[in-house]
Amino acid sequence: MIADRINAVTRRIPPWPLYLIAVLPPVWLLYQGLTGGLGVEPIRALEHELGQLALKLLIAGLCITPLRRFAGVNLMRYRRAVGLIAFFYVVLHLLVWLVLDVQIPSQIWADILKRPYITVGMGAFALLIPLAVTSNNMSIRKLGGRTWRKLHRLAYGAALLGGLHFVMLVKGFQIEPLIYMGVVLVLLVLRLPFQRAPFMRASG
Amino acid sequence: MAHRWTNTMTARDVTAERHWLNRRQIMAGLGGLAVAGLAGRAQAADGLTPNSWEEITNYNNYYEFGTGKEDPARYAGDLTIAPWSVQIDGMVDRPGAYGLDDILSKMTIEERIYRFRCVEAWSMVVPWSGFELADLLEMAGVQSGATHVAFETVLRPDEMPGVSRNVLEWPYVEGLRLDEAMHPLTIMATGIYGRDIPRQNGAPLRLVVPWKYGYKSIKSVVRVTLTDKEPPTSWNKANAREYGFYSNVNPAVDHPRWSQATEREIGGGLFAKRKPTLVFNGYDEVASLYEGMDLTVNH
Repeated sequence: MIADRINAVTRRIPPWPLYLIAVLPPVWLLYQGLTGGLGVEPIRALEHELGQLALKLLIAGLCITPLRRFAGVNLMRYRRAVGLIAFFYVVLHLLVWLVLDVQIPSQIWADILKRPYITVGMGAFALLIPLAVTSNNMSIRKLGGRTWRKLHRLAYGAALLGGLHFVMLVKGFQIEPLIYMGVVLVLLVLRLPFQRAPFMRASG
Repeated sequence: MAHRWTNTMTARDVTAERHWLNRRQIMAGLGGLAVAGLAGRAQAADGLTPNSWEEITNYNNYYEFGTGKEDPARYAGDLTIAPWSVQIDGMVDRPGAYGLDDILSKMTIEERIYRFRCVEAWSMVVPWSGFELADLLEMAGVQSGATHVAFETVLRPDEMPGVSRNVLEWPYVEGLRLDEAMHPLTIMATGIYGRDIPRQNGAPLRLVVPWKYGYKSIKSVVRVTLTDKEPPTSWNKANAREYGFYSNVNPAVDHPRWSQATEREIGGGLFAKRKPTLVFNGYDEVASLYEGMDLTVNH
């Protein structure tokens, strides 16, 4: 079976190389931005690319449990890396917005309060902070598995707000952000209680 | 009657294209005060330096070819722009389909270096060439009851991959009040840097209204209709709260989703500084058109 074969391979691949690989896209984008590869308006391009990368990884993180449950593919050991890398990209996305895009400190706070899509984006970021902070074995021990798992359901909210942030910022009726939003919604619906067989309830 | 408006930016600013970098380097080297007179002049010109051909033709909003900024440059190549004719109708004495060559033979082409401010808070300086819209309207003979002008962009699904998606309602339409349309700043552009206007910038004929947000400057115009009613406009139909009929550049009236107080000039790279946006995009001479109007309500 394909799932077994994938599981056999992933058993041998540790998650740590993901952190190294994760550094490459932002470095590449920055290099492109400095050398004209992102077009004549590199600030917006860099900001959007990083935001989309972050959203893609949040979605990838949400795929891991359903993949195991419905397809028997076990990527659980990479979930922490995927989540932390998503957070890393969100931070970079935010930094580009603060430092390169808005630039004016007084306007940053005004924008967070006044512009709903920015409020929503900041909300997603805020939800991710406790998750990033507790993405380590010590935190799991301290909080206990049950509490830790409960806390990490904030990832659902973060993905939802991240998708909404994208939907709200485009002009006109555009399909792409709606596709992202749709994927997030499907992944969340798969987690609703009626989707679960009773004996699987304990698996979180 | 052409030449009713004089550039504050001169042709010298354009022909200096290949020298920009040199001049900037020289200015940096001069260090200011010793040559204050010269520095002042160069500084003023520097602030209004046109963007490069590369920048102007590779960062476009022309949703009929896709919503990405580089989509128009990539996908507009198939648009047939010759032969081209413009239907001028409604409240005019001489309605009809006017061939572009026929129109151009009667118009005086001049160069107009204008600031261009997009509603998305970025801006460029573009060295257009074109003729005054007033001259085109006079050619058709505006009837006395007309109060507004409606414009329509060509709609060719076979040549415009973006229209298969309903980002906006096609065809793209725009409109001006008649006095705005007759203002000498308002032109129909046919060229950039003295070359034919590229397809992604609205070939072969587009409106340019420099004191309004860019989307008012409708591209690839095939129809001009004189009317006595305020015509529907595409972005206003899509979202009336965000895009008003007037759409005058105004730093005091924010777009509901972002501030309009500042703008980023295209071409500054990754570390470009924002600069303050000017009322009417710096074209104060149009202020009298809106005397007594609340520009927040009529945004």
